[in-house]
Amino acid sequence: MHGNRFRHNILTALLLAPATVWLVVFLVLPFVAIAVFSVGERAPEGGYQAAFTLAQYANLPARATAFWNTMMLAPAGALACLLVAYPVAYYLALKAPQRWRLILLALVVIPFWTSLLMRTYAWMYILGGRGIPALLAFVGIEDVRLINTPGAVLLGIVYGYLPLMILPIYVSLERLDRRLLEASADLGATPLSTFLGVTLKLSLPGVMTGFSLVMILLLGEYLIPTLLGGGKVFFIGNALVDLFLQSRNWPFGSAIAITLVAVSVVALIAANRISTRVSGARRVDLI
Amino acid sequence: MTAVPDIEFRGVTKRYGAVTAVTAIDLAIPPSAFVALLGPSGCGKTTCLRMIGGFEQSSEGQVFIRGQDMAGTPPYRRPVNMVFQQYALFPHLDVEANVSYGLRQARPRLSSQEIGRRAGEALEMVRLAGYGGRKIHELSGGQQQRVALARALVNKPAVLLLDEPLAALDKKLRTDMQIELQNLQREIGITFVLVTHDQEEALSMSDLVCVMNGGRIVQLGQPSEIYDEPADLFVADFVGKTNLLSGKVAGHTGDLVNVALADGTVIAARKRIALQQGEAVSVSLRPESLSLGATEGSPFKGIVRNRIFLGSTAEYAIEIQGIGTLLAKADHVIGHGNLFKPGEPVAIGFASGTPLAFPEIKNNGTNQRVAKNVEIIS
Repeated sequence: MHGNRFRHNILTALLLAPATVWLVVFLVLPFVAIAVFSVGERAPEGGYQAAFTLAQYANLPARATAFWNTMMLAPAGALACLLVAYPVAYYLALKAPQRWRLILLALVVIPFWTSLLMRTYAWMYILGGRGIPALLAFVGIEDVRLINTPGAVLLGIVYGYLPLMILPIYVSLERLDRRLLEASADLGATPLSTFLGVTLKLSLPGVMTGFSLVMILLLGEYLIPTLLGGGKVFFIGNALVDLFLQSRNWPFGSAIAITLVAVSVVALIAANRISTRVSGARRVDLI
Repeated sequence: MTAVPDIEFRGVTKRYGAVTAVTAIDLAIPPSAFVALLGPSGCGKTTCLRMIGGFEQSSEGQVFIRGQDMAGTPPYRRPVNMVFQQYALFPHLDVEANVSYGLRQARPRLSSQEIGRRAGEALEMVRLAGYGGRKIHELSGGQQQRVALARALVNKPAVLLLDEPLAALDKKLRTDMQIELQNLQREIGITFVLVTHDQEEALSMSDLVCVMNGGRIVQLGQPSEIYDEPADLFVADFVGKTNLLSGKVAGHTGDLVNVALADGTVIAARKRIALQQGEAVSVSLRPESLSLGATEGSPFKGIVRNRIFLGSTAEYAIEIQGIGTLLAKADHVIGHGNLFKPGEPVAIGFASGTPLAFPEIKNNGTNQRVAKNVEIIS
């Protein structure tokens, strides 16, 4: 019996080892390094020089614009995604004919097979001077600027992250017990109050999962603001690239990165709390 | 029947694509009745209930609630409420909020005091006062059942619909709830329509049983009538236990028909419809109508194969040469060692009632010659 359990433990350890090693080497150690860097100083020729100072954190306001843009556009982007995704997920889960459902779901996922870079490049052309503005000029509407605006960034975000929002909401709506909707109608609730009082509330875990997922990814977003924002809509991700690769101010970049992680964690916990309370679920799986 | 029926079906047919779930149903449910729609799964009973609730629309015919045609009326405008299978309680709301859900839908809005008072009353009625703050998942099956009842009754519906409400409960709790439902119905005095596939449940709870099969009503009557005077072979077989013996019509004596069984024994039986000489019939013998032990003119002699002792009664499986195995039921008198043992030879006679003969059911279940005049009792 003892030997058996020992063997069992060895097997468990062996199976977990690759993932553990991977996480330690590529997540925990870099994270520790970044944390150490963030209290250090920039070496004169760039990089890191050992020290213990909070000067980097004190300097955070210097990148306030990037923080501000991220803190505004990440939730706004996630919200825009949500507003577009919810009706789609609702239709897929509750209204679409059974035999079409899988095909339609596949259509939602298929764009993921092409890299985000390619798809965002495509939008660059669509929104750029020879794209929609040229078409509008053709019908007499001149001087429309689409590319390099916050609107273009938002559009790119919605386009790029929509499936990540649709899928969790779809899952929570699909799992919804249809008899609850009938019970609500039976008790005198109009379709609208059934939606607000039952459907929406019970799908909140999915909404929160999608929202957190998209928002966390957006907090580190770099590609879309670069291509569609043209450097004018500057995200934290862009600031980090700039600090680490251009000006080689590793400690300051590390301080920003640590702050970003802290903010994400707080946002995640808050979202979890809210959806648990409102939906009355005993446990909500975020991601 | 003088009063307007609470529920009335007029020529109602329901089709799902090519499948017909319910065919030309005519049914009137009198006010303040406890009615059971009884039948095997797929007989159309749930479809009927859902048409009353408004979750399905009839393909043909009309459904009336208290004299009003309900065509096109959505569930939320119908004066009926339903206790759903597995209850369908809202998991995100506590007990109180579940019960007051219907009250909060009322327009014009009710005051919060009014809502609180009526929800409290409803909880009291199902003996759950003080449970208002509990979460649904903290309740036992029986308590959830009562919350579902309170939630459905809080709007004071004209008719309460119950879709297999006791199926999820264990046997002991089921018996308790049967009595509770019966009391509740008498107390409030509104019509209860219960859907069940459990014939015991239907017989024990309701004033009126509507037996359905293959999308049609086969018989409507009081429980004792359904049991004693089944309209056809299906009802005889489905409701209660019975022995069905095959035979041929050998002749008639007055109102009775003489049936020659497989082994040549001829027994006299009553009939529901005219039977032809030589027609293949099934004779239904209730186990409790058989008496065991030598009596005058015992038609059968057999050997006890199994004994199932049930306390107040004992059931015997008795093998009869040339006929098969008969189930017989005998009362047990305490201390009166009157039990037969397996292997013991025994004579079987008729203790009470006369057997009933029905035409053999042709091609799986659809009996073309059903007794037509099913009466409505009020």
